[in-house]
Amino acid sequence: MDDIDKTIINRLQQGFPICEAPYRRVADQLGISEAELLNRLQTLLADGVLSRFGPMYHAEHMGGALTLAALKVPEERFEEVTEIVNAFPQVAHNYARNHVLNMWFVLATEKPEQVLEVIGQIEGQTGLSVYNMPKISEYYVGLQLPV
Amino acid sequence: MSIDAIDRQIIQATQAGLPLVAEPYQAIAGQLGLTADEVMRRMAAMLENGVIRRIAAVPNHYRLGYRYNGMTVWDVDDNHVDMLGQRVAELPFVSHCYQRPRHAPEWTYNLFAMVHAKTERDAEKQIAVIAELLGGDVRRQAVLYSTKILKKTGLRIAG
Repeated sequence: MDDIDKTIINRLQQGFPICEAPYRRVADQLGISEAELLNRLQTLLADGVLSRFGPMYHAEHMGGALTLAALKVPEERFEEVTEIVNAFPQVAHNYARNHVLNMWFVLATEKPEQVLEVIGQIEGQTGLSVYNMPKISEYYVGLQLPV
Repeated sequence: MSIDAIDRQIIQATQAGLPLVAEPYQAIAGQLGLTADEVMRRMAAMLENGVIRRIAAVPNHYRLGYRYNGMTVWDVDDNHVDMLGQRVAELPFVSHCYQRPRHAPEWTYNLFAMVHAKTERDAEKQIAVIAELLGGDVRRQAVLYSTKILKKTGLRIAG
């Protein structure tokens, strides 16, 4: 990752225009060619430096729902449970964390009632209790990591 | 806010990512049998009404050198949680801040704040700043660092 990559990452965390040739517009701002921006972006995605590039959809604003949920997974079952949980398309993110509650995932569903349905299915398939922690209040969202 | 069938198609076509071609909205339009103008108009409307949070790059924290991604959790008085959450959220290194339900007796925390740092020392400093801000309202506290990203695809709606 060189300085140009860093500039691209910083710029593209802020947002991306909706216009006919948006990559060209951003490339112009950064002083590089459109082709270079596209090539570098492709590499950053292929290498996993970027997890994703594109629209981030908001489940609640689509009429759906979101929750944060946790599991207490026995260490010897961690891989097996990871596979079960990750197989649900409604699981948007899943992280291992250093706590007795060692698996934390975000569920995003198209309809609000599906949150509890999916939790029920995860409990059924894993035999574990899901700790459901839907937000009560949201104080801030919007992370940018400068590099 | 409601999305119609065409919005839904656009969401499905773009939820994994925007095409990496010179005219990405044209590419989506071609795939769906729409005009580029309609795709752009609808995506702009979804951005405006919050269905699209933003169109942006999502980095892998670890790959950018942010190895200490901590979910800091705090047990504070429910009567003060909104005021405290608001103040914690204003800290520049806090990316998300929520009030969530407790699951007592095992999980008594009601205020969650995510922090991201490149070194353990920086993370500890950030946590100390939050602790100081919350002051005497904190009854109990923990930090859960992520040890592995198991999945990070973002929202997906079924076809």
